[in-house]
Amino acid sequence: MKYLFYPGCSMQRSAKPYLDSLKLVEKTLGLESVDVEDWNCCGATEFSSVNRTASHAIVGRNLALAQEQASGTDELVAACSACYLNLSKTDHFMREDADFNALVNDALSAGGLEYEPGSVKVRHSLDIIVNNVGYDAVKEKVTKPLSGLRVGAYYGCMIVRPDVNERFSNPEEPYELEDLLEVLGAEVVDFKMKTQCCSGHMTQISSEVAYDMIKQIVKPAVEEEIDVLVTLCPMCQLNIDAFQNEMNKHFGTNYEVPILYFSQLMGLAFGYTEKELGIGKEFVNVSPALAKIGKTTEEVPTPKKKKKSKSDPSLPMPKMPIHYRGGS
Amino acid sequence: MTNNFEPLIIGFTCNWCSYRAADMAGTGREKYPPNIRLIRMMCSGRLDPMFVMKALSDGADGVMITGCHPGECHYLEQNYKALRRTILLKRTLGQMGVDPERVKLVWASAAEGVYLAKEIGIFVEEIREKGPLDWPSRKNPAISIVEKEEVSV
Amino acid sequence: MANSKTPSGKPRIGVYVCHCGTNIAGVVDVEDVANWSAEELKDIGVVLSRDNKFMCSSQGQELIESDIKEFGLNRVVVAACSPHLHEKTFRGACERAGMNPFFCEMASIREQVSWVTKDKKKATEKSKSMVAGAVNRVVYHEALEPIKVPINPTTLIVGGGIAGIQAALEIANTGHEVYLVEREPSIGGHMAQFDKTFPTLDCSACILTPRMSEVGMHPNINLLTWSEVENVDGFVGNFDVTIRKKSRCVIEEDCTGCGICVQKCPITVIDDEFGVGIGTRKAIYTPFDQAIPNYPVLDKENCTYFIKGTCRACEKFCATNAIDFEQQDEIINVTVGNIILATGYDLFDARKMPNYGYGRYPNVFTSMEFERLCNAAGPTNGEIVLRDGVTAPKSVAIVHCVGSRDKNHNNYCSAICCMQSLKFAHIVYERTGAEIHNFYIDIRTTAKNYDEFYQRVLDEGTLFVRGKVAEITDVPQNEAEEGKLIVQAEDTLAGLQRRIPVDMVILSVGLEPKGDSDEVAHQFGISCSSNGWFTEKHPKLDPVSTMTEGIFIAGCATGPKDIPASVSQGSAAAARVISYIEMGELELEPVRASVIEEICSGCKICNDLCPYNAIIFIEDKQVTEINEALCQGCGTCVAACPAGAIVGTGFSNEQILAQIEGLMMDFSVPEVV
Repeated sequence: MKYLFYPGCSMQRSAKPYLDSLKLVEKTLGLESVDVEDWNCCGATEFSSVNRTASHAIVGRNLALAQEQASGTDELVAACSACYLNLSKTDHFMREDADFNALVNDALSAGGLEYEPGSVKVRHSLDIIVNNVGYDAVKEKVTKPLSGLRVGAYYGCMIVRPDVNERFSNPEEPYELEDLLEVLGAEVVDFKMKTQCCSGHMTQISSEVAYDMIKQIVKPAVEEEIDVLVTLCPMCQLNIDAFQNEMNKHFGTNYEVPILYFSQLMGLAFGYTEKELGIGKEFVNVSPALAKIGKTTEEVPTPKKKKKSKSDPSLPMPKMPIHYRGGS
Repeated sequence: MTNNFEPLIIGFTCNWCSYRAADMAGTGREKYPPNIRLIRMMCSGRLDPMFVMKALSDGADGVMITGCHPGECHYLEQNYKALRRTILLKRTLGQMGVDPERVKLVWASAAEGVYLAKEIGIFVEEIREKGPLDWPSRKNPAISIVEKEEVSV
Repeated sequence: MANSKTPSGKPRIGVYVCHCGTNIAGVVDVEDVANWSAEELKDIGVVLSRDNKFMCSSQGQELIESDIKEFGLNRVVVAACSPHLHEKTFRGACERAGMNPFFCEMASIREQVSWVTKDKKKATEKSKSMVAGAVNRVVYHEALEPIKVPINPTTLIVGGGIAGIQAALEIANTGHEVYLVEREPSIGGHMAQFDKTFPTLDCSACILTPRMSEVGMHPNINLLTWSEVENVDGFVGNFDVTIRKKSRCVIEEDCTGCGICVQKCPITVIDDEFGVGIGTRKAIYTPFDQAIPNYPVLDKENCTYFIKGTCRACEKFCATNAIDFEQQDEIINVTVGNIILATGYDLFDARKMPNYGYGRYPNVFTSMEFERLCNAAGPTNGEIVLRDGVTAPKSVAIVHCVGSRDKNHNNYCSAICCMQSLKFAHIVYERTGAEIHNFYIDIRTTAKNYDEFYQRVLDEGTLFVRGKVAEITDVPQNEAEEGKLIVQAEDTLAGLQRRIPVDMVILSVGLEPKGDSDEVAHQFGISCSSNGWFTEKHPKLDPVSTMTEGIFIAGCATGPKDIPASVSQGSAAAARVISYIEMGELELEPVRASVIEEICSGCKICNDLCPYNAIIFIEDKQVTEINEALCQGCGTCVAACPAGAIVGTGFSNEQILAQIEGLMMDFSVPEVV
């Protein structure tokens, strides 16, 4: 499968390991991606509140370039949640609102560009991997299962919300990442804060607010004895990783929850080395967690479901469908 | 001239759904252009393609065929027959040199008065855009099939 | 051609244009329409044309009658409202004057012109063309006799909830036979699961079970539970119904309902049906103690004998040898004149809203789970406790509108949830003294004594937060939230976000159409709204009838309703059926198809088109024939016949083609020469 790839700024710097590991995973899975040439920043999360037209025009530029450069594919893939959301949103607003479409295209015409809304399909790398490649094909490539590693899937907010342009997952309860991690052999924990906001750029605006929000994610992860959180968003990774220490100082806590990109865990399961995958550059040391891989789960015995005894007065729990990890 | 062109449209309705939708549009005072004239049949399955030909050849600029939504036919499944006939009819019209888009099929349940009114409005504008129908027989009387048909009725 | 019909007798047509007060006259120049018709349609046979303030008034009708007599009219066109409203009225006037009523035709210039058109000039023109269409058409009308069908006095009622029970008793009490078919092992429906009913707080079982046993003992009611309708053929007055009576593995004639088999059965399973997943039952069971009928059903999936081939405890202990492991389903055929569908509703599946944590957090309950929890016959004997079965909650949140008034799920209001939630608040207050928070969008307490009940619950100290709950979580943000469920909602009255920690959450889930309502509608030849509720013939004036004669609907199958409304509809549907039975026969529109044998080429094209199998090919004569008794008059075969050999009464080719011609009169474009 071939598609156009929109790298975005974060993946050039802070999230470089995300990009590197993703490229290796793509190679293993036979995915062929071509970067959009001459792309520019998506405007991140703030610009739209400063100047709506301009913020969408700069995203529109990327869409127009993709439309122009698309050959043999109409799919534009982003791995950063913010980039993915911005590309989706601009396409959506241009499609829904003819006047706005004209406004954005007017701006684009200054650069000799034009974008016809809906002409490229904006998708996220995770969507491509689980829905186009498929879990079975991923499983085939697993050479070193992540057994023994307790992981929590942390989606963050932007990949699922707002629900524009037919998102690939349930905005309240996405499950693709958990399923993928299970295929990789990891032990997946029901992480209830999985779509909670990481605080975004609040670390730069009001650090107290940001620390509180980061704590809301880290604390439950510690309580669930999660070895490593797994994310698909550079912003989430940065906040949870780089600001965990500051947060600990602020609250006088000593939480230690490492966070990696899903592509890094895929790479590990596919047999790439930590170095190849850019692992080791984190602020929160991930080596104790990764040392657990391969160890049998005997060390952490999971309580077996006991058959209900006659004297147990408790009421049965509702039966749940497969994609809803209820209970505990 | 297309600007002041007022198209004439014949609409075929089903007694159980779209005719009642028209009633409901009336009760709800949903305004739509007066260019459409409705004919009540018991079912869209009653639609003889000849009726459409007759309408188009005698001066209508467009024909709207309406019936119950698929699966909701009062006579179980006759609207599917209307659907098939409409597809075939449109193909025939195309072969005759008549724009097949002058015939439109719209499903409207008895509860969809607002929807029917809206669809009528859209169709009237579509036909207004197309301009008056230049029925082939007017150019060449030799191929006036429909008129012959009409005699045979 | 042989099938072309000349008008029977020289047409003498009277045209009547109604003002309908100002409803028509306010937009359409009725006088102009009448004058124009008299002048321009003279050649077609219009003898006189009048306009009148109210044609449907007795004075208007008398006008038609006297004109028919005085001017020898043999056709009448009334340009007024929709024929669905007053066709009967004007046909009656014609009939009283000695004319065949089917020589009357209407043009709907109110619904199709004056009410929907802004431009007065164009409205008048459209009215003229519609009158012209009707005049053209009425020329080809024929004298018809209405089809009379005898009404079989037996009635089928599908669904044994309170609406079906009510209908069955009403009809059976008039001495007519009823078949009441229920899918579950017992009648009673959802009402049997409830603890209390609002706003009176009557014990639900106490008021329901006497009705149930009345049904069980009624000599005119044939009760078929654990049964489903498989097939329906025929039409009003004479439906042939096939019912599958599922195997219970219990011989009903021999079973005394003593319950020893249930008592001795060693297998206990979670009761997902009546017990909504929090109660238990045995592998042989009656859903509840007061079940009607009280003979049990054997659940083959969980029965040890059916799994392993041994056990047979129930058989051993049965004193009357009523257990029959080999029992097969039974097919029962009945003929009925009318059918009432009271098939009820399903509940919204709370698992579709994962943000409310049902299934994830043990102490999030659905409304029906809570009904069972506080029911004395429920799994905790009526004690309100958390899912651990012992701890009483100290604080409870009740969330309204779960799955209702929500564009992601059902956009409609489920009608009963506000009162249900208030009822829960009262029960929690009365039995536990816990702190109660109700999260609502709007409080809708519209029926008798409902708002008084709301005031009472307010006085009891229940707290109300106006705002849709965003999320229910167990992840605490502070000490007060530790170990609690936190309900996060925007308080739209105070204008702030609230996080309220509680021990228990009750989700007041909405009502949904039955999962198979589409199939049921199709089976009985009625229609569903896009939501899936059965469609009424008229939402206001005929709420228990359907477009299909002889099929009536009652209760929640047509939309969410409380108990009083369901009972009223059960009675109303019964009244409609009883009136049909009392009439003995029903007059139907004589819209039927027939074949002109001399023209039929025997091509068989029409043969497969009829959904009622009314078209038969006669091998001897090599022609097709239509059984008029089976024909419903859709006209599909008429349109399909390449030879024009099939005639559709009431909607013939001549009539429709003539109408098209009339409608084509266009006034905006000058005549093209």
